[in-house]
Amino acid sequence: MAQKVFMAGNEAAGEGAIQAGCLAYYGYPITPQNELTGYMAQHMPAKGRVFLQAESELAAVNMVLGSSAAGIRAMTSSSSPGISLKQEGISYLAAMELPAVIVNVQRGGPGLGNIAPGQADYWQATRGGGHGDYRCIVLAPYSVQEMLTIVSDAFDLADKYRMVVMVLADGRLGQMMEPVEIPDFPAKPAAAKPWALDGCAGRPARKLRSLFLNEDLLEELNLRLQETYRQVEASEVRFEETATDDADVVMVAYGTCARVCKEALREARKRGMKVGLIRPITLWPFPKQPFRAAAARGAKFLVVEMSAGQMIDDVRLALDRPAEVRFYGRMGGNVPEWDAAVGIIREMIAGQRTGD
Amino acid sequence: MNPTTSVEVVYHKPDSQRRVRTHYCAGCGHGIVHRIICEVVDEFGVREKTVAVAPVGCAVLAYDYFDFDVCEAPHGRTPAVATGIKRALPDRFVFSYQGDGDLAAIGTAEIIHAANRGENICVFFVNNAVYGMTQGQMAPTSLVGQRTATTPRGRDPKNEGYPIRMCELIATLQAPAYVERVTVSSPANIRKAKKAIRKAFQTQLDGKGFSFIEILSPCPTYWRWDPVTAVKELEKRMIPVFPLGVYRDWEKREEMKR
Repeated sequence: MAQKVFMAGNEAAGEGAIQAGCLAYYGYPITPQNELTGYMAQHMPAKGRVFLQAESELAAVNMVLGSSAAGIRAMTSSSSPGISLKQEGISYLAAMELPAVIVNVQRGGPGLGNIAPGQADYWQATRGGGHGDYRCIVLAPYSVQEMLTIVSDAFDLADKYRMVVMVLADGRLGQMMEPVEIPDFPAKPAAAKPWALDGCAGRPARKLRSLFLNEDLLEELNLRLQETYRQVEASEVRFEETATDDADVVMVAYGTCARVCKEALREARKRGMKVGLIRPITLWPFPKQPFRAAAARGAKFLVVEMSAGQMIDDVRLALDRPAEVRFYGRMGGNVPEWDAAVGIIREMIAGQRTGD
Repeated sequence: MNPTTSVEVVYHKPDSQRRVRTHYCAGCGHGIVHRIICEVVDEFGVREKTVAVAPVGCAVLAYDYFDFDVCEAPHGRTPAVATGIKRALPDRFVFSYQGDGDLAAIGTAEIIHAANRGENICVFFVNNAVYGMTQGQMAPTSLVGQRTATTPRGRDPKNEGYPIRMCELIATLQAPAYVERVTVSSPANIRKAKKAIRKAFQTQLDGKGFSFIEILSPCPTYWRWDPVTAVKELEKRMIPVFPLGVYRDWEKREEMKR
């Protein structure tokens, strides 16, 4: 029987990981994601699973690397400055083709920034983040419910493609509380991992590495990684479209901004404005098709972010014809407001061009 | 007497060591340390339950010599990766193998905290007082006055501080079970080093916790001596700075409690 509980986004992310069979969690304190670490400290040992507070984000991500190499589902979480520290480990995870789930409850930046919500780590998450040619699958929840289901799905994707899956949330999603349905997750058999390092009993010894001094071997690894990324692009794109069929203006937002845009959509429609919303759920791979379809219908786009404009690059790259793309963003931990969005939409429908 | 039956094998490569050509320089200590670790893996019969972690540095290619599972780690994060493996698979035998740059410079936080948690792993720390893989720069353990690529006039304590003594540092912590410094400078010392490595294995297999074996090792290439001179100079110059001996022994502690 599915269970309905009232919980914070950070706690829901932890519960999603537990339901997905995460056997090891390594964390380090940083606001606004501490409830996730706290939830895991509370629940993982009680289930006989590993919880460890690491000495740094660097150590935490490398403990994940070790546990993943040993063949078990492992996870870490942090917020923006801590995620920057994890980039070294993420590059190695990518190179060693190790599955891992990393939750980034983004806060205001750059530098130490603040502990209010932000979305300015989009480029870092969707372009790789560390050194070398690699990608992470990037998933963007927009509700406490999705904090649970998306984190849970992240483990399946990570194992399926032997990739890092980053769940890109923000401080508001992490902190706020909503009713959450904990689904009856079917007990899935653990995925076979014929590459794991668990002792060479009855088989040849294995090694997991990212050092390939021979140029051709390193290129071979890179070509294999790219082939995996093409498969992910072909099979794993996720997005949600709302009222885009007749929309003159299509808003584009993920996470907390998508909630603001849903409010803006309701209010604009009440005022007779034909407005829609595309909510990318996979930020990488980025959904291109809905943008092309909307542009073919003559729609204009308004991208709403808690940044100076990062996802807007992907919207422009997705389009295959000229289209008006405008931006509304707030920074410093501020959240865009629905009425400001409606004001811009009104101008766009009236054909006024201010700025951009 | 039949000559074929009089032949007896008295010395062979350990089963858990691969038959490959070495990439290490002439007179390097890594080959000796690899060999004695493999001998001990064979003696304890743990090859099939061993997962080792290789560092960044000259010994990054350790996995080319070890015929058991080996994981690479980012520079200095070796104890964190070993922690992740051991926590995932507590019944496997897990050791990390690190050099002085990896362990005592970039990875200082990881080693101190793995030691402080008392992780039930073995750490084999090869200290040759220089960065060999990257052309002989100063290591945290380089001696005062030692000439390296980055201290061409010799290590000056006013500018670069003093060599870090890792055994002494780790022995200040409460959790570690076994801490010993050995060297591979002579056959007698190699036997003592093997004894220490055996004890480290036993410590983990008995579930006693963290063991740390520092092995003073020659680097003729970047010390700019021939291999024979290098081991003599190691004994003359390194051992006074890094005294050999046991810094922590869980067995002695247990005896004292009794």
